[in-house]
Amino acid sequence: MEDQKLKKTPLNAIEHELGGKMVDFGGWELPVQFSGILEEHAAVREHAGLFDVSHMGELTVKGPEALALLQRATCNDVSKLENGRAQYNGLLYPTAGFVDDIVVYQHSVDDFFVVVNASNSDKDFEWLADAAKGMDVDVRNVSADYAQLALQGPEAERLLQPMTDVGLGSIKYYRFGTGNVDGVPAIVSRTGYTGEDGFEIYVASSEGLRIMRKLIGAGAKPCGLGARDTLRLEAKMALYGNDIDETTTPLEADLGWMVKVEKGEFFGRDVLQREKAEGPRRKLAGFEMVDRGIARHGYPVVEGGEEIGVVTSGTHSPTLKKAIGLAYLPLDKSTPGTEFTVLIRGKETRARVVPTPFYKRAK
Amino acid sequence: MTPEDSRYAKSHEYVHPEAGDIAVIGITDYAQKELGDVVFVELPAIGTELELGDEFGSIESVKAVSELFSPVSGEVIEINEALTDKPELVNTDPYGDGWMMKLRLSVPDEVDELMTAEEYEEYVEKESGH
Repeated sequence: MEDQKLKKTPLNAIEHELGGKMVDFGGWELPVQFSGILEEHAAVREHAGLFDVSHMGELTVKGPEALALLQRATCNDVSKLENGRAQYNGLLYPTAGFVDDIVVYQHSVDDFFVVVNASNSDKDFEWLADAAKGMDVDVRNVSADYAQLALQGPEAERLLQPMTDVGLGSIKYYRFGTGNVDGVPAIVSRTGYTGEDGFEIYVASSEGLRIMRKLIGAGAKPCGLGARDTLRLEAKMALYGNDIDETTTPLEADLGWMVKVEKGEFFGRDVLQREKAEGPRRKLAGFEMVDRGIARHGYPVVEGGEEIGVVTSGTHSPTLKKAIGLAYLPLDKSTPGTEFTVLIRGKETRARVVPTPFYKRAK
Repeated sequence: MTPEDSRYAKSHEYVHPEAGDIAVIGITDYAQKELGDVVFVELPAIGTELELGDEFGSIESVKAVSELFSPVSGEVIEINEALTDKPELVNTDPYGDGWMMKLRLSVPDEVDELMTAEEYEEYVEKESGH
């Protein structure tokens, strides 16, 4: 835990102060929990929770060919964005496997802000910079410049509004505004990784600590990575490295809604066109345990002594109070109602495919 | 405080001796804190013969699963059925209502080989690096 090599976010000090149980998360020292995962999870579903997500990476893509670069490197249609809107997207290899899953913010058609996974930020930057060669576009890795806070829960707007001149009421889901938060320039988007209403706030690294203190003072509950994982899984949001990676395509990952093959040429397009026509060979499906136990990442799905799939995420759902998870299953076994067998530490255990998301908030 | 009337294993189980070579087994307060919110405890069937070091079950917290190892040898004569519906008892009362199983010890002397409360506290201090 005292490993000096671990990277620290600008909010590290307050996390120690608040009694965060710190762990090594992909090379970053981050809190897995403060008061407890169940309590933090409930706070986000019912009130407001605050996450330090400053480890996430940020890239800027600017220039006359910024849009052209993003169109080529991703599967969703970036041309559909408007200023002040954000879009979930996949950065793909020519194999259609994920370099990363990302959120693209459009300031203007030649100025994009791209939010990427922490452990992928260097890789993503190099991949994009490489793809940009010969194009009139400037790609920068600005990850170190930003602190990122995620304020999530039904009370998020009420807590944040007094601290900002950004009119939160007019920011719809997956849109953002720029203005001041606690007197300093910020990007505020109505986005998150919890399935709950809420905002993500980007400010200069040096300003994050003060804003975090104020939000906690206003009543937001500090939350750790543990609750972040149970919340995102209930909402069936993919976790890079668990549910998706360079070996999985967006269609396999049940993210077909963000694959726009009609938009023109992009990395992986031919593979995705074929998969669309023929169907992917496997699909990420949500399941509930029928027998007792929790099937976790990496546990094999078996049939007749053969491995036919694999669990990518699994946990106890605090909201539903049952064991849930995601698994890659053969396409014909991925429809709701289908039962299958998972080996939990060698023991055959039954699970059943269910519709997802597991949790959807009341509007 | 770590109860003085029990003995402790490096794998963080406690053994609380009762009359007639019976012992109650559970996990320590330190162990439950490390695990976080416990949501499922898998225990052995009554009648199972356990050797020292055998895996006797598993404990799932929200964030991870851990195997449970028997710190002594014996026959399982009772398990804590209350944990089926209330696994959180392991968090709230690890040395009391959060107990896991009762064994009839087959090698009662094994208990003396385990750490005392004081030794266990020193061990935990070293392990957690504080």
